[in-house]
Amino acid sequence: MIKNIEISADSLSLQRCRDFVNSPANGAEAVFIGTVRNATNGQAVSKLFFEAYESMAIKEMNLIADQALHSFRISKIAIHHRIGELGIGEIPVIIAVGSAHRKAAFQACQYAIDTLKEKVPIWKKEYLTSGEVWVSAHP
Amino acid sequence: MKVLTFGITREIIGAAEITLSGNSVTSVEQLRSVLTERYPKLSQLNSLAIAVNEVYANDEIQLNEEDVVALIPPVSGG
Repeated sequence: MIKNIEISADSLSLQRCRDFVNSPANGAEAVFIGTVRNATNGQAVSKLFFEAYESMAIKEMNLIADQALHSFRISKIAIHHRIGELGIGEIPVIIAVGSAHRKAAFQACQYAIDTLKEKVPIWKKEYLTSGEVWVSAHP
Repeated sequence: MKVLTFGITREIIGAAEITLSGNSVTSVEQLRSVLTERYPKLSQLNSLAIAVNEVYANDEIQLNEEDVVALIPPVSGG
């Protein structure tokens, strides 16, 4: 297996993502870790809630992994996303990429997180002091 | 046909899924106009994508009674 896609209600494991992409043929591993920030546009955030259209999100994440494997000289990719309620500092997403050389790993990692944010049907609700907001829903 | 709602569309429509008759709605474009007429707040969203059987669909796609349609408001994962 060269790709590992997961959506989970449990805490994500950086170690599991790294273990998946690790290989003797690799000279590089790039990892992106998304974390829950304590503020948005100057407003304090107390927690986030993530919801997914799980079956379609898994398909879209697989497409991203396939495209990354096709476009960059990488050997393996793991994309894990968490759902449910997350506190400040917790990890909603991990993307790990293994490759022979660093450039492809950096590029694939950036491609994967950028495309995930654009295409994968997952939604984030922010809990602010002024109320709850679905991110990006309104102009 | 079954229409699934997510994120803010679930709050606007007030249900996790609704059922529409395949006789009255035969294309994605028609589905859009039926839904925005019934739920005007949908037209205030930044965008509203439609997925048919778990694949993003453009307005020309034809719909059948057994299709599973999903409303995809602006995504914000990661």
